[in-house]
Amino acid sequence: MRLATLGKMGLCERLQGPGLFLRTGPFTNRIQTRIAAVVDGVLQLYADYPVCQDESFADFHVALTQPVGPRRWYRPQVRFEFDRTMPFKPLPLAQSLPALEWGLNWCVGNHAHTFLVIHAAAIEKGGCAAILPGPPGSGKSTLTAYLVHKGWRLLSDELALISLQDGQVTPLARPVSLKNRSIDVIAETLPDAVLSARCKDTVKGTVSLLKAPRESVERVAEPALPAWVIFPSFKVDATANLMPCSKAVTLIELGRNAFNYSIHGKAGFEVLAGLVDRCACYSFSYSRLPDAIPVFDSLLPSRQEATGTPA
Amino acid sequence: MLAALSLRQWDLVLRQAMRAGIVARLCYQLDDLDLLKAVPERPRRHLEAAQILAQKHQRDVRWEVGCLREVLAASGIPIILLKGAAYVMADLPPARGRLFSDIDFMVPHHRIGEVESVLRDTDWTTEVRDPYDQRYYRRWTHQIPPLRHIRRGTVLDVHHTIVPPTARAPVAAEALAAESLPLASGIQLRILAPADMVLHSAVHLFNEGEFDRGLRDLLDLSDLLQHFGAQPGFWETLAGRAEALGLVRPLFLTLRYIEWLLEVPLPAPARESAQRWLPSPLTTRCLDALFLRALLPAHHSCDGPLTGTARWLLYVRAHYLRMPLHLLVPHLLRKSLIRPRETDDSRKFRETQQRVEELLRLTPATHGKAGEVEGAGNTTRSHLPGV
Repeated sequence: MRLATLGKMGLCERLQGPGLFLRTGPFTNRIQTRIAAVVDGVLQLYADYPVCQDESFADFHVALTQPVGPRRWYRPQVRFEFDRTMPFKPLPLAQSLPALEWGLNWCVGNHAHTFLVIHAAAIEKGGCAAILPGPPGSGKSTLTAYLVHKGWRLLSDELALISLQDGQVTPLARPVSLKNRSIDVIAETLPDAVLSARCKDTVKGTVSLLKAPRESVERVAEPALPAWVIFPSFKVDATANLMPCSKAVTLIELGRNAFNYSIHGKAGFEVLAGLVDRCACYSFSYSRLPDAIPVFDSLLPSRQEATGTPA
Repeated sequence: MLAALSLRQWDLVLRQAMRAGIVARLCYQLDDLDLLKAVPERPRRHLEAAQILAQKHQRDVRWEVGCLREVLAASGIPIILLKGAAYVMADLPPARGRLFSDIDFMVPHHRIGEVESVLRDTDWTTEVRDPYDQRYYRRWTHQIPPLRHIRRGTVLDVHHTIVPPTARAPVAAEALAAESLPLASGIQLRILAPADMVLHSAVHLFNEGEFDRGLRDLLDLSDLLQHFGAQPGFWETLAGRAEALGLVRPLFLTLRYIEWLLEVPLPAPARESAQRWLPSPLTTRCLDALFLRALLPAHHSCDGPLTGTARWLLYVRAHYLRMPLHLLVPHLLRKSLIRPRETDDSRKFRETQQRVEELLRLTPATHGKAGEVEGAGNTTRSHLPGV
């Protein structure tokens, strides 16, 4: 059952009561909150996602609550709770919706150790996945947001889940987090894209969440084998330029960008090494989003040539 | 019975186990009984994830103990590993599935200054700069203030005995050292004799007033007793040692709650000792009322209306066992009113955490000890790449 079919009333009942059991990729999140901005945001961003009928097991039990006491009214705050513990300091109430996203990311990054979890976007086309690692400010999310509306499927914006068994990327297909100027860029370039209300004054400036394309959500059960690791980098006035990148450097950077690389020890190294061996590794600098389309689309035929697979 | 649980029951079991720090242990036990593959996939993923994390902790402990031995090799000071570190290095049953927040070891009291000095010269720094807390540790506890490695973040607890020297029943460290056993790897690294290891674990659980890992500690004791209990004469040695060291009460409580809470049957010699050591009915009832609440997982589904009170009373009791009354009250007042000052090093550590956690744009609520993550067990600080 899709969340949209619950309607706002049905959604409120669950969020304010026993919890909404929302499925995102391999995980079921039980979410509880009374905060209006979160209710509206969930209805908007997660409309296409499956809601569990059988509400008996959740991987993560989370809640967004307001503190009792002065901070409920004076400079009001929101708390992210993980099974009634608070792993983080409270945030301003205005950041409740991003707090849910960041909290769900934390849940995955800290618990999903049956995967190697890399801080990277992942997109897919023609059965092949591109992993886009990038620190904040690299333009990774903006590029991802754009490409997934131009023929690529969203696997994930922040967390690439790599299977330890077969190296495939398991999709999460959660909303894409945009900040500052890139919110305007995406709003102008993709007029049909659904963006949440903007939250100002977060640690990273203004943040808005982009709803994942419906098709990406519907195909969330389809993993994909990585074929490319591409380090994006937004540079003012740069022409779109795809440069091969050393595999050794790529492996080290992926390790540095992985949440649980050190937990996996030798097995983690072997998974990353296998991934880097299998993938073509590049850095990609750009200044205009439309320039990315031909560059990324050209990757697929080259891949098929290199591996001898048919189109 | 475990294999027949519904998904709803698994949901609750995993949450309680996570809070108690025993998910990985559960995974190992199910695997031993060949029941792991019968667990439904969704809960099984959590069991396996916890096992992966526990294996990492084991690797880290072995590495750290190796580093410690190198650093202290020249001094020739005997290092008696305690608790988790001992279980790992001696391959004892409680090591499996265990998560570690620090490494505990004991050195002779007259050489503890030297040990501290060597460690601080080699990248270990104190976590505690508040002068009150420094004095508190050195005067009222059996260890120096914890030391943290500036790069690896590991925490060392350096003890000079197993109960505070001001305890109403102090334990002479020399007696423990005399019975200690060398690890296979050489004479500098040692572990306590089996009976002493059990008694130390019992004292730690029942006298120190911390119950975050209470159920896990009780399970460890059960493991140790089953493992060592197979040795002929062990129970008699254990009882005699408890009486000689004045640690009868913690051992009594161990035996009582292993039988009561874990439903592990005790052998006849253990039952007889427990019967002999039974306190007055009033004392027994009070202790039961407190411990049967405090030893449950610290999960809201296990909490009753008096659980918080029970834990607080046991915390006070632990301090009462350690300090004279006229100092206990001011100490408790101070702890409840004043937050300890942050040290430079813990500030730098926190800043590094924050830089990495800007990836997630969140600030952790607590910056406790390194390593312990099992879910937010830790209480838990996330385990961060490259830090």
